[in-house]
Amino acid sequence: MRFAFTDEQLAFRDAVHDLLEKECPPDRVREAWTNSDGRSGAWDALSEMGVTGLSHPDVAGNLGVDEIAVTLILEETGRFALPEPIVEHTAVALPAVAQHVPDAVTESSLFVAGGPLVPYATSATALLLERDKHLYLVDPAAATLTPRASVDRSRRLSSVQWDPSRATKVGDVRDAALAFDRGALGVAAQLIGLAQHMLDTTVDYAKERHQFGVPIGSFQAVKHHLANVALALEFARPLIYRAAHSLARRDSQRSVHVSTAKARASEAALLAARVALQVHGAIGYTTEYDLHLWMKRAWALAASWGDAAWHRERVGRAILDGETAAEEQ
Amino acid sequence: MDLTFTEEEQAFRAEARAWLEANVPRPALPSGDTREGFALHKEWERALFDARWAVVSWPREYGGREASLMEWLIFEEEYYRAGGPQRVTQNGIFLLAPTLFELGTKEQQDRNLPKMASAEETWCQGWSEPNAGSDLAGIKSRAVRDEANGGWRLSGQKTWTTRGAFCDRMFGVFRTDPEAERHHGLTYFLVDLHADGVTVRPVERLDGDEGFAEVFLEDVFVPDRDVLGGVHEGWRVAMATTGSERGLTLRSPGRFMATAARLIELYRAHAGDADPTVRDAVIRAWIDADAYRWQTFWTVTRLMEGGRTGPEASLVKIFWSELDVRLHATALDLLGADAELVDGDDAAWMKGWQFALSGPIYAGTNEIQRNVVAERVLGLPRR
Repeated sequence: MRFAFTDEQLAFRDAVHDLLEKECPPDRVREAWTNSDGRSGAWDALSEMGVTGLSHPDVAGNLGVDEIAVTLILEETGRFALPEPIVEHTAVALPAVAQHVPDAVTESSLFVAGGPLVPYATSATALLLERDKHLYLVDPAAATLTPRASVDRSRRLSSVQWDPSRATKVGDVRDAALAFDRGALGVAAQLIGLAQHMLDTTVDYAKERHQFGVPIGSFQAVKHHLANVALALEFARPLIYRAAHSLARRDSQRSVHVSTAKARASEAALLAARVALQVHGAIGYTTEYDLHLWMKRAWALAASWGDAAWHRERVGRAILDGETAAEEQ
Repeated sequence: MDLTFTEEEQAFRAEARAWLEANVPRPALPSGDTREGFALHKEWERALFDARWAVVSWPREYGGREASLMEWLIFEEEYYRAGGPQRVTQNGIFLLAPTLFELGTKEQQDRNLPKMASAEETWCQGWSEPNAGSDLAGIKSRAVRDEANGGWRLSGQKTWTTRGAFCDRMFGVFRTDPEAERHHGLTYFLVDLHADGVTVRPVERLDGDEGFAEVFLEDVFVPDRDVLGGVHEGWRVAMATTGSERGLTLRSPGRFMATAARLIELYRAHAGDADPTVRDAVIRAWIDADAYRWQTFWTVTRLMEGGRTGPEASLVKIFWSELDVRLHATALDLLGADAELVDGDDAAWMKGWQFALSGPIYAGTNEIQRNVVAERVLGLPRR
């Protein structure tokens, strides 16, 4: 038992951190709310660094990269609120597409996944969609895309209407279940990063903001709010990493582990957002201040790929009703 | 990252499981916080010691197996899985012993550790006083130098001393420099509760057991050899112990995993009439016990690679104590109108609920722990 990352995994994470600090500052996230495609611009730099294509089986095999390394990177993209669909493309769709229709993958491919709401469907190369527990790779031109507005305006959502066909089918029940677990764990990792950023910036604010002649962070009521966020994160993060390990090893309990991770990550991020807003007070209630960018992303991701209650119930079916993993999904 | 146990760890688990399944007392012993229960627990502790399971992580010369931290966690999982009794030796083994290993002399270790492990001598903790609870630095009990006899004379009162009514010895902090204030001028003593001048008054706890005690000391002689750490160094020595108490050594995940497993059995027995919100609470409690287990493996990996625990121990103390309350509250919800019964098959839940309620209070209240987290983990200002 060694429950820790390797030095290589941590070094790669740090390199991605440095890149995002430069390429995805809050101003870029803000721009993605109003520009034409909802992109921050960091995607190209991430592609150049090899991050977005990390999960391609050829690359992953060469570098020895698995879901554990990818999860650590996704946590970092959450910390910077990267708008682009890196969970959908890198964690979910790319490994599935590359395995089943390798010719469909080019350097500029952007695959997205999800349902019923799919982010960035209008600018994607192809959509990986699920119907009746099977996977299909669908040309956006062959589907009816209806734009929908997210509370997080950088998330360019569409509802997708489409008809499954034998020609577009790319995966069976097992592939669909794996794709779902990868998506749920990917956003769980991003939620942890979002929550950590909200905690860090709120702690900084509580040290600087003075009322009654003292920093508001010296008041116990404020301290205890922030301690509760630290607590939620401390006991969510190991579940994310354990689930990543289970995914990488195709553990038979994988889905239960992913669901414990997503449930606790969603709760931690929602609590972090709630506390961050309360501690900031009125300044946090404005859109001029950056906090809302993180807060709204947290709301969106907490609700996507199964919310906390849905994942708890999936855990419940396994531990209380004795359903096995194969019957899941 | 490798989350499988090594062959050695699996063999260790199998050996522990086999021994525990054959030896854990059935039916369960009466509470160790009652006089008759305490005597039976001491017999059980002796059996554990004789089979070298009492202190698995200790050196062989003191009765241990030199088990790694990971093996110790495995033993704890197996111990509670098998329904092993609460450890009446825990305050000695898990709170005093780490301090003795770190700061005690070889003579103090040789003299105290074997008898502690075999339960020949049982230990209680003398921290709280009538006017010093969360504010430990406010203690008033004092020790005056007795140069002629080579020791100290202790006077004052300790209170809420768990199992103080039955234990042989007490470790605690006393003021040795009357001029010094707060956490200065304190000294850590190992006190013989059978010595002249000691009066112990049992106090009945919330759950009806008599395990609490008030300890009155009147000019009690303690020889120099029973000073742990330096004179006036008591605060630093005491903090070494509170770190152990808050952290994983007092409340390993195995205990809560076993409670969560029992909660699931209870749910299955009541599934037909369980409200969906109670079902959700059962799932939450199980997830939280699982989260505690994996946070512990995460921490233990760091410790085994040379890291140390710091103020993060306060996060751990908040989590397990509030988890224990949730586990028992959920069980009482499942029991419905039977929850109030303190006889019959399910009485352990009401008993456990009352015990769980002490968790957010002892070892530093959770309000104090949240202050520690805010100030020392997050770096918020004290004032």
